[in-house]
Amino acid sequence: MLHRLRRWVADRWVMAIGLIVLLYLFVPIGVVAAMSFRDAGRNAPYTLENYKFTWAHWADPFGAAGIGHAFWLSIAIAALATLGAVILGTLMSFALARHSFRGRAATNTLIFLPMATPEIVMGSSLLALFVAAGVQLGFWTIVIAHVMFCLSFVVVTVKARLAGLDPRLQEAAMDLYANEVQTFLRVTLPLVMPGIVAAALLSFSLSFDDFIVTNFNSGSVVTFPMFVWGASQRGIPPQINVIGTAMFVISFLVVLIGQIPNLRRRKA
Amino acid sequence: MSEQRHGDSGADLNLVGVTKSFGAFTAVDDLSLTVPQGSFFALLGASGCGKTTTLRMIAGLEEPTAGRILLGDQDVTRLRPYKRPVNTVFQSYALFPHLNISDNVAFGLRRRGVKGVADQVERMLRLVDLESFGKRKPAQLSGGQQQRVALARALINHPQVLLLDEPLGALDLKLRRQMQVELKRIQTEVGITFVHVTHDQEEAMTMADTVAVMNAGKIEQLGSPVEMYDYPGTAFVANFLGQSNLFAGGVTGRSGDDVLVEAHGARFSLPATRARAADGSVWLGVRPEKMHLAAALDKVPAGHQSVTGIITDSSYVGVSTQYLVRPAWGDELTVFVPNSGVAAPLAVASEVTVHWRPEHAFLLSRPEGQTVAPVVDAEALA
Amino acid sequence: MSALGHVGGSTGTPAKLEKPRKRWLPYLLLLPGGLWLILFFAVPAIQLFATSLYDPSGSLEEGYAMTWQFSNYADAASEYLPHFMRSLGYAALTTVICLLLGYPLAYAIALKGGRWKNLLLICVIAPFFTSFLIRTLAWKVILSDNGWVVTTLDALHVPLPDGRLLATTPAVIAGLVYNFLPFMVLPLYASLEKLDPRLLEAAGDLYARPVARFTRVALPLSMPGVVAGTLLTFIPAAGDYINAQLLGTNRQYMIGNVIQSKFLRVGDYPNAAALSFTLMAAILVLVFVYVRRAGTDEVL
Repeated sequence: MLHRLRRWVADRWVMAIGLIVLLYLFVPIGVVAAMSFRDAGRNAPYTLENYKFTWAHWADPFGAAGIGHAFWLSIAIAALATLGAVILGTLMSFALARHSFRGRAATNTLIFLPMATPEIVMGSSLLALFVAAGVQLGFWTIVIAHVMFCLSFVVVTVKARLAGLDPRLQEAAMDLYANEVQTFLRVTLPLVMPGIVAAALLSFSLSFDDFIVTNFNSGSVVTFPMFVWGASQRGIPPQINVIGTAMFVISFLVVLIGQIPNLRRRKA
Repeated sequence: MSEQRHGDSGADLNLVGVTKSFGAFTAVDDLSLTVPQGSFFALLGASGCGKTTTLRMIAGLEEPTAGRILLGDQDVTRLRPYKRPVNTVFQSYALFPHLNISDNVAFGLRRRGVKGVADQVERMLRLVDLESFGKRKPAQLSGGQQQRVALARALINHPQVLLLDEPLGALDLKLRRQMQVELKRIQTEVGITFVHVTHDQEEAMTMADTVAVMNAGKIEQLGSPVEMYDYPGTAFVANFLGQSNLFAGGVTGRSGDDVLVEAHGARFSLPATRARAADGSVWLGVRPEKMHLAAALDKVPAGHQSVTGIITDSSYVGVSTQYLVRPAWGDELTVFVPNSGVAAPLAVASEVTVHWRPEHAFLLSRPEGQTVAPVVDAEALA
Repeated sequence: MSALGHVGGSTGTPAKLEKPRKRWLPYLLLLPGGLWLILFFAVPAIQLFATSLYDPSGSLEEGYAMTWQFSNYADAASEYLPHFMRSLGYAALTTVICLLLGYPLAYAIALKGGRWKNLLLICVIAPFFTSFLIRTLAWKVILSDNGWVVTTLDALHVPLPDGRLLATTPAVIAGLVYNFLPFMVLPLYASLEKLDPRLLEAAGDLYARPVARFTRVALPLSMPGVVAGTLLTFIPAAGDYINAQLLGTNRQYMIGNVIQSKFLRVGDYPNAAALSFTLMAAILVLVFVYVRRAGTDEVL
């Protein structure tokens, strides 16, 4: 009996710890959700005490002054940065995965370094450059910075996908009368697409959520994270938590729906 | 482009002095051969012998360092793969995972701008017995089914030459046998030249009209399976195609139409028509199934050659029993005795006489100093 | 063989190829992205170094003079050494805790997840679905003086510094761990996922007890994940200032807090640049030594 109990525990304790750690990851999200329904103004103490429930903030998520503008600005910046990083990064990963050339090691280092550099260093050094060059800080300096730090992640993601691609598939396409361009469009690109999509999602979320680099290069432009930061100093409007919760729920649902074909395929 | 087949013009495939080097390594060494139109040709060899490189050069996936590849009168040596009337069934198939079976099969026709391919695709899927699978993705098919899709995808283009790169390598034994028969049937039906690369000698012999055994970038011997098995050209071929017992010896003279050989102090003879060497050092070879066992010397039929030895091992394999017999000089002989119920099994450690008809032996030239027959590394075959 | 063919295939080709090899193609593909990284990563790093040697008595409005003021580094070191040490210490502690928490989670998902694998993995990245500043603010609520964590610990008579959690070192560490844990779990998962469970069974078959099975088989095989995970956790943690700012006080301030305030509030560019450049150099040296020691050059 005791032996059985020990086996039962031995089989499950790792999973149990894992689930507790997951819980730790989710607790703050639960708090964000709870705070989004709290009936209190932005200057009330930021706690869950004396909790009163209200739908009011959800009815008007952009109700706090400036929050809507900041949100859409961040979306625009993230979209542009993603587009730029995905195009530049995909080209680079094709060069690295498909060709041998002089300067390959140097290129790999140049791609690795931004990932090994703290954001505060990247942000401050870009600021130093922009100031020295007399560039007006604002929307475009943010986009430039975001493309820069997303680029490396795109290259790593797409390159991994390319490396896992069977070269025989392209040979088969050429053997079946597809010229280089057709081979690329009909075979290579569709097969690399999941990698490119993953890279784009990663870029978008990195850019949308970036505070540190943006903080150095935004001038007077206020992105959504900048707005949250400012609010944390002056008083947090509940709408921030509404948007935070909504983003979480929507993303979670989108990813879950994306998983449905996978689940079905496994059954088939 | 119209629906006109490009394979109708009967044309032989010619390789003239083709060489391929990768840096200092020569994968294919001055290789010349002719594959007649409509034949089933097998390139047989261990891995690394250059057979796949040869195939890839014919496909246009690899460019020869020297030499020419001709299809009829057309020099295709430097033609891009998509400009050659040649298609390939790839090892592990290389089916496009993002396309369904129909789209995979239609791929080549569509690239050539053929319209209304649905009928052809359906006909082709019927040929390979996969009519109802058109809408599935490759990952949902078994290995044997994927193999047939790969075949259909290549055949639908009516190439002048179809290349098959170890097409059955990923299948289990039973399925492989089945597909061998199937491939042969399809080849006869469509009448296209097949060039088949394999390391499996049984596969090559079952299917091909002509087999070329390759070794170290060169062709060791080329011929029909029966010819090559019955009268191999080199010691390598003798051991690569089936098994052979080879005695290292020397020619001592002639007696009428027979060649006299001395090996390990024993004297043998065989018809001169079975000798590829008339003097000097030679290998005397006999296939294991051509050898017979007799309990005593006086039971050996008249006119047979014989060697006496001790049975060191016997393994029962159903259709036959395989004996190892050690003659006085040591190197064991392999003898296959059919389990036809005629003879009683022989016990290990008993003395026996191994005998064979002189015209079943063959004589090959042997480089001076070579005393161990070149054996194919079993690992290289895997 | 085919890979070789691309490299050395054309040696001594007598006839001209139908199409010339496009040797310039990779460079063309690399050009825009490479230029971007040079212009907006490498050049700024050089500019940062240059800025760190400017005369600190200048200002943004009047401009700075290049005086090769290496004393900026000495000044930075003498004044902000504690902040540096605190940054590295906090980052190291965060990395260790993340490894201890993240390994069981990654292991559970990769080897015991079964059909829940993908869902569990989504749960790991789920925190990223909402803004990290908002999540960090939520920690303020969780750790607040009258919140349930402090109340529970009080009831259990666990001694707390000053009787509170918010605005203490543990709060900052908790925030750092929380923010960077997924960066640890994902690479760990990636390397554990590749682990063939039959290897563990084989180890068990060869008399390895569970502990030995882990230390002798699973752990060594997941080392690439451990190296990548620790780097992805340590680097951003060392440069972070959000957690110290929101969950701590100036007694918890890290070097990031100093750099950002010097750049953005005080406007002392030369000293801030010296600090920033030192941070980058320190981290690169640490990473280099660590990667060498761990023996995995292909980290990312």
